Amino acid sequence: MAILSRVHAKNLVRWAKDKPEVLLLSADLTSSTEADLFQKTYPDRFLSFGVAEQNMVSWAGGLAREGFIPLIHTFAVFIYRRAYDQVAMSVAYPNLPVKFFGFLPGITTPGGASHQAIEDIALMSALPNMTVLECADATDVESVLEVAYAINGPVYVRMLRGEIPRLFPVTEPMRFGQPRVLSQGEDITLFSSGICTEEALRAIPVLQQRGVSIQHVQVSTLKPFNGVMAVSMAAQAKVGVITMENHVIHGGLGSRVAESMAEVGLGKRLIRIGLQDTFAHGGSRPYLMRTYSLDAMALIAQVEVLMGKCLEINPSELSTAYLTAVHSEAKAEAL
Amino acid sequence: MQPINSNSYIAPDLKETWEASAQTIANRIRLRVLEHTLRHHGGYMSQACSTAEMFSALYTRMMNLGTVEVPIVPPPFNGVAGARNPQYKSGGYYNGPTGPQYDRFVLSPAQYALVLYATLVEVGRMDPQGMTQFNQDGSIVEMIGAEHSPGMEAMTGSLGQGLSQGAGIAMARKRRGDSGKVWLMMSDGEFQSGQNWEAVQAAGFHRLDNLWAVVDVNGQQCDGPVATVMTLEPLAQRLSAFGARVITIDGHDLKALAQAAEISPEGQPTIILAYTDPCRGLPLLEKRVPKLHYLRFTDPEEFAAYETFYHDIRSEWGGTD
Repeated sequence: MAILSRVHAKNLVRWAKDKPEVLLLSADLTSSTEADLFQKTYPDRFLSFGVAEQNMVSWAGGLAREGFIPLIHTFAVFIYRRAYDQVAMSVAYPNLPVKFFGFLPGITTPGGASHQAIEDIALMSALPNMTVLECADATDVESVLEVAYAINGPVYVRMLRGEIPRLFPVTEPMRFGQPRVLSQGEDITLFSSGICTEEALRAIPVLQQRGVSIQHVQVSTLKPFNGVMAVSMAAQAKVGVITMENHVIHGGLGSRVAESMAEVGLGKRLIRIGLQDTFAHGGSRPYLMRTYSLDAMALIAQVEVLMGKCLEINPSELSTAYLTAVHSEAKAEAL
Repeated sequence: MQPINSNSYIAPDLKETWEASAQTIANRIRLRVLEHTLRHHGGYMSQACSTAEMFSALYTRMMNLGTVEVPIVPPPFNGVAGARNPQYKSGGYYNGPTGPQYDRFVLSPAQYALVLYATLVEVGRMDPQGMTQFNQDGSIVEMIGAEHSPGMEAMTGSLGQGLSQGAGIAMARKRRGDSGKVWLMMSDGEFQSGQNWEAVQAAGFHRLDNLWAVVDVNGQQCDGPVATVMTLEPLAQRLSAFGARVITIDGHDLKALAQAAEISPEGQPTIILAYTDPCRGLPLLEKRVPKLHYLRFTDPEEFAAYETFYHDIRSEWGGTD
C-alpha cells in the first residue's frame, strides 16, 4: 500500500490553477489544513480571518453570492460546533456554493474532545441543501475537489491530511453518489466510510480465510445518501449487515443504512460500529480506534456476533495498518 | 371614526428641496407603520419612530440604487432556495437592478422589516398592497424579513450575521472593481454579538472601504434599554478601536445623514452611529418606556388614544384619502 504525504496541499494548488473564482479562507490553521502551499502560490486568493469562524462562514456566503467559490479550511469541529447557525443561515439556506473542508474527522487527532469532530456528519446532514462527503484515502482526497466543485450548492467534506494511504487506484476516483464495492460476498454486507475503510480492508482477507463471505461497500457520499443502492446490497446479506464509521452511531452512515432498510421493510440484523454515544479523549489513533472499538478487531468481533461463532483470529494475522507517527514531517504540529 | 386606510398617499412634491421631501417620506413611514400597528393591534412601532429619517435618507439620497419602474406587488411564497427550486430569487430586486455602479443594501436586523416595507411603499418600489400581505400565511412579506422578502438581499434574522455577509459581498465587489458600495442598516443591540466584532476586525484588516453601515442607536432592545441589558458604550470608541471609521450623528437629522454618506472612502469600513429617539414623532410611546421593542395593544383606552393620534396627525404627515 502506497503512503503519500501532503496530498491535498499539492493537489489543491494544481486543481485551483485555472480557477480564479476559487478563494481559500483560513482561520489560523493554514499549514494545519495543508493550505500553506496554496497561500504561497496564490497569495491574492488566500484570505486570512484569524480565529473567528462565525465571521468567516457568513463572509464566505457573501463572497459566494457574488460568484466566488470560497473553500473554507479549518478543523471540522470549528465549522459546525462554532458556526452552525452561520452555516445554516448565511450559506445553506441561500444554497450558496461554499465548500467546507473539515480536517481531523472523528478520532484522527490526539487533540482530545475539543478537537475531535464526532457528530459532524449528523449535524451537517441535517441541514437542507447541504451535501456531505467523506474521504477514505489519497485518491479520494485528490478527487473530492472536483466532486465538490461540480455541486451547485454548499458541500461539507470530511478531509484527511498528512501521510495517508492510497487504497483505491487513481483511475477510480470518488464519484458523487456512487459507493465502491471492494469485495463481493453473501453472508454479510459491510458498509464502511472514512478511515474505517482501511480497518475493514485489514480484517476482510482473514475473515474470508475463515470462510466468512463479505460484501464490502465503501461510501463517500453520505448526503444525499444512495439508499436504493444500500438497500439492494443489504438485501443480499444472508446473515446481517454491519456499518463502520469514525463518528457517533447516531446520524451518520449507520443511521442512513438503518433508515433505508426500515423504509422498505428490509428485516435484517444491523450492527453499527462507531462511537457508542460517547465523547472520546486525547490519544494516538490506533489507541483510540482500539479503545472505542472502531478498528479491524472490532469488526471481527461484530462479525463473530452475527455468525454466532468465535473465529479465533489473532491480531498478528491482520495485515499491518499504516501508522502515522504522532510527530511527522507532514504535519505542522502534533494535533 | 374614519377608516384606517392610506393606500393613496400623494406623491412627494419634486419641486421641494430634498430635505423637505425626505422628511415627508419619513413622516409617512411612521404613519404607515402606525396604521399597520393599529390594524393588527401590534407592530414594531418604535423601530419606525427611530429610523424613519434613516430609511428615508438611505432610499432617497445615501444609496445609489437602480430604479424600479412600477411598484412591485409581492408574489406569493414560492419555496426556499434549493436545487429543486430554480425559480427562487431574493427580494433584492425591489432595490433595482444590480450593476457595478449601484449600491447594495443588507438589512441586518430583519426585525426592522416592517419599516423597510413601509419605506419601499413610500419611495415607489413596492405596491401598497404589499403591506396587507404582512405576516399573512403564504406571503413573503414576513414579520421577520427573510431573504425572499421585499428589499432583502441576504438572510439576516439571526442577529450578528448581517455585517459579515455584507463584508463578503463588499470584498467580492472590490475584487471585481465595482464602484458601488455595500450598505447595511444595523441596530445597536446586535453589537452585543461577538460575530459583529469579528466582522469589524476583518473588514478593517481587509481594508473594505466600500462597506458602509448606518446603525440605529436607539438604546432599545427586546428586554428593554440596552444600558440595562448589556451596555455597549462607548460604542464609537470600541468600533474605531476594532478598525472602523466611525461617524456619530443625530439620526433624525436628514442633512447629517446625507453628509455622512458623502465623505470619501479612506481604506476603512465606515460605520455611522445614528443616535435616535425611539419615540420620535409619537409621544404616546413614551408611556411604554422602558419596554419599546414591540407595541401590542391590550388596553382598549390605549388603542383609542393611538387611533385618535393617527387621525389627528394624518393630514399633517402627508396622508390623504
